[in-house]
Amino acid sequence: MFERLSEGFSSVLRKLSGNANLSESNVREAMTEVRAALLDADVSLEVVDAFCKNVIADAVGREVTKSLKPGEEMIGIVHDRLVQLLGEMPAIPEGASAQEAAQALMADGPGVIAVSPGPAIVMMCGLQGSGKTTTCGKLAAWLKKRGRSVMLVAADLQRPAAVEQLATVAQQVERDLPGGAAVTFYGEPEKSAEYGKAVGVAVGVCQRAVSAARAKGVDTVILDTAGRLHVNDDLMGELQQVKMAVRPHQIFLVTDAMTGQDAVKSAKAFHERLAVDGLILTKFDSDTRGGAALSVKSVTGAPIRFIGVGEKLDALEEFHAARIASRILGMGDVISLVQKAKEQVSEQEAAELEAKMAKGEMTMEDFLKQLRSLRRMGPLKSLLGLLPGIGSALKDVHIDDKQLDRVEGMVNSMTPGERKKPGDMAFSRRKRIAAGSGTKPEEVGGLTRQFATVSEMSRRMASMSAAQKVKAVKELSAQGGPTSMIPGLQGMPGFGAGKGTTATRSIKDRFKKRK
Amino acid sequence: MPSADCLIPLPVRFFKAVISKLKDGLAKTREVVFGGLKNLILGRKLDEQLINDVEVMLLQADVGVAATQKLIDSARADFKSGKLKESKDLLEHLKAGLRELLGGPQTELRTAPEGFKPTVILVTGINGAGKTTSIAKLTHMLKQQGLSVMLGACDTFRAGAVRQLEIWSERLSAEIVKGQQGGDPAAVAFDACKAAIARGVDVLVLDTAGRLHTQDPLMRQLGKIRSVVGKQIEGGPHETLLVLDATTGQNATRQAEEFGKVAGVTGIILAKLDGTAKGGVVVAVRAASSIPVKFVGVGERPEDLQPFDADAFVEAMFSE
Repeated sequence: MFERLSEGFSSVLRKLSGNANLSESNVREAMTEVRAALLDADVSLEVVDAFCKNVIADAVGREVTKSLKPGEEMIGIVHDRLVQLLGEMPAIPEGASAQEAAQALMADGPGVIAVSPGPAIVMMCGLQGSGKTTTCGKLAAWLKKRGRSVMLVAADLQRPAAVEQLATVAQQVERDLPGGAAVTFYGEPEKSAEYGKAVGVAVGVCQRAVSAARAKGVDTVILDTAGRLHVNDDLMGELQQVKMAVRPHQIFLVTDAMTGQDAVKSAKAFHERLAVDGLILTKFDSDTRGGAALSVKSVTGAPIRFIGVGEKLDALEEFHAARIASRILGMGDVISLVQKAKEQVSEQEAAELEAKMAKGEMTMEDFLKQLRSLRRMGPLKSLLGLLPGIGSALKDVHIDDKQLDRVEGMVNSMTPGERKKPGDMAFSRRKRIAAGSGTKPEEVGGLTRQFATVSEMSRRMASMSAAQKVKAVKELSAQGGPTSMIPGLQGMPGFGAGKGTTATRSIKDRFKKRK
Repeated sequence: MPSADCLIPLPVRFFKAVISKLKDGLAKTREVVFGGLKNLILGRKLDEQLINDVEVMLLQADVGVAATQKLIDSARADFKSGKLKESKDLLEHLKAGLRELLGGPQTELRTAPEGFKPTVILVTGINGAGKTTSIAKLTHMLKQQGLSVMLGACDTFRAGAVRQLEIWSERLSAEIVKGQQGGDPAAVAFDACKAAIARGVDVLVLDTAGRLHTQDPLMRQLGKIRSVVGKQIEGGPHETLLVLDATTGQNATRQAEEFGKVAGVTGIILAKLDGTAKGGVVVAVRAASSIPVKFVGVGERPEDLQPFDADAFVEAMFSE
């Protein structure tokens, strides 16, 4: 997503480079292209026009800060305005160190309200097919991971089998996802009826569910309401009735990130009826340019709290305006990557590994462990896309995650001794490993050779500065396909954090210099 | 039992009734945008400003930058050369441009060759586009035509998807072939083909799991389903329909492109046209690809599906 926007902004950069000043004419010309890019990204027309007007007003006549080129200056202005459109920046204390700044940016977003005495009541609403039921499950998984018990309530009595779907999702979260709290389900499937014939029944269901949750001491209740058109008076009225009856602490509007110009109208209608507290954007993992994010935020003023980024129930991320703005501008999103890595690898493990790498003692066993935690973070392509400068370069590259299966298979077929010291293996060993993993002996040889290069590399990298590391990784990834990239990435926890903070600093620095 | 070939005149038979129905379905839409467009145009003098305002409205209808530019540039050129004299000429010019973009002869449903059955229709689309509901409507329409329909529930991924289709099959009294949740969708397609042949039904409609066009493995799975069908039933699937959500923005063109490439899409169902979304995105899709729109969904009831007709659609866009 957002590639086209990024391209739009790059062309602005190119146009402005070489000019000493931001003049009205060169700014306007650059913004024509930005306007087309934003419209193509489905940002609503009124939002686009207001945005462009603001940027032009900010930019025209501004003296370029000595250290910045006009293009950079312009990107800074656009970044500011984008962040403003998308939401607030987290507060970073004056004079904070790079480490502290990164910490602040990585802090949890607004998330889901916690109340005492419980339960916190969260109501989900949205158009048909926006992804409410799946998001309910993802939200339950998110809460479970944070030790909060959840009751999922099937208040969609219109769509056939919606109640069964939520029941299954609740079961999956309870059974398969990590965390120390119970996820339960409440539903009255016998009350389901054909579309439009059970209007109002949801009110009673929600009331009874909340009582049940209170009796059980559940932390958070999530109400999954039926999808409805914002122009359907009866059904919109039902939502208001539910709201009056159970007084939810938070109401989330679930919006498909691929929505077009209509996003503004439907969001406005839901907001007018219900006073929405937060937005959840779904299907963010598609190649949509995601303009709906800007539109719905702008018309409702409610913060975007989460984005759905995949089919799996743990594919929900907190939304951070500054990170998305950076992503749009092609600056990558190292912080998200580091955070993902942190969720999978403990600080201690990372430190131990780093020490091992520094001594050149990394084994295939460690490598396998890294590979597995890397894979838990998500598909390789989406991870690499978070790195600055790599996202757009990856656009047309096909990265086959199956390659990782093969690597995992090969390591699994090695004996403990071989895993410790892969070194130069006899052909008979390579043949055995190949047979065990369904690969070819040459592939096994390739893997051990690459492994040797990487452990040597990481030993040397341990003593490098952050900038040298980046250069080294770039060289490494230029050498070959995805497999050579994996080892390059596997030092992320330690090495990524350093890079993350520097990237963040430089953006922050630019703001400070200008102000 | 009528044979499958009576599917061919189906849109023709519907043609007259369709125009008025489409107008019904588009009533709200029309008031909000295209009705507004007509009022905007006819109430004013033809000048640069009017053309600019029309451009804004087309963009707001999701017609997209490229298609809007194409329509507006030619309008502007004709205005400058004096071909367009009054605002009424501009209206006609736009209608003609839209008809040309949306039209084309291939709007009828593809079927198995005469004497052969079943006709297999594969229905695809991204998550939440409205596939299952559209299938229910399509089934209703085919049954109204006196054809026997069997459903294949190949969405083994989403929880409750099979049950959802099953409930529709009960309501519409159509036979259904189901698989296990989490099972192989191609295996369900295989079973469904066998059953459809054995039972001698006219049409087999296969539901598939919603998938984003960016998910390579899932897209490849569609190819597998197609080849399984093709091996069982010659020429099948005869029709592969892509369901597009009318509220979708410009990403719809990417969806059409990717599904077209991987799943061999032969037609589009434009769902959820009963909201305030203008569905103008079909213009963008048609401008970028050759896949014809075959049906539009205009409500929640089984009868709320209509064959698409470009002339009727454009007329409805601009009618009072």
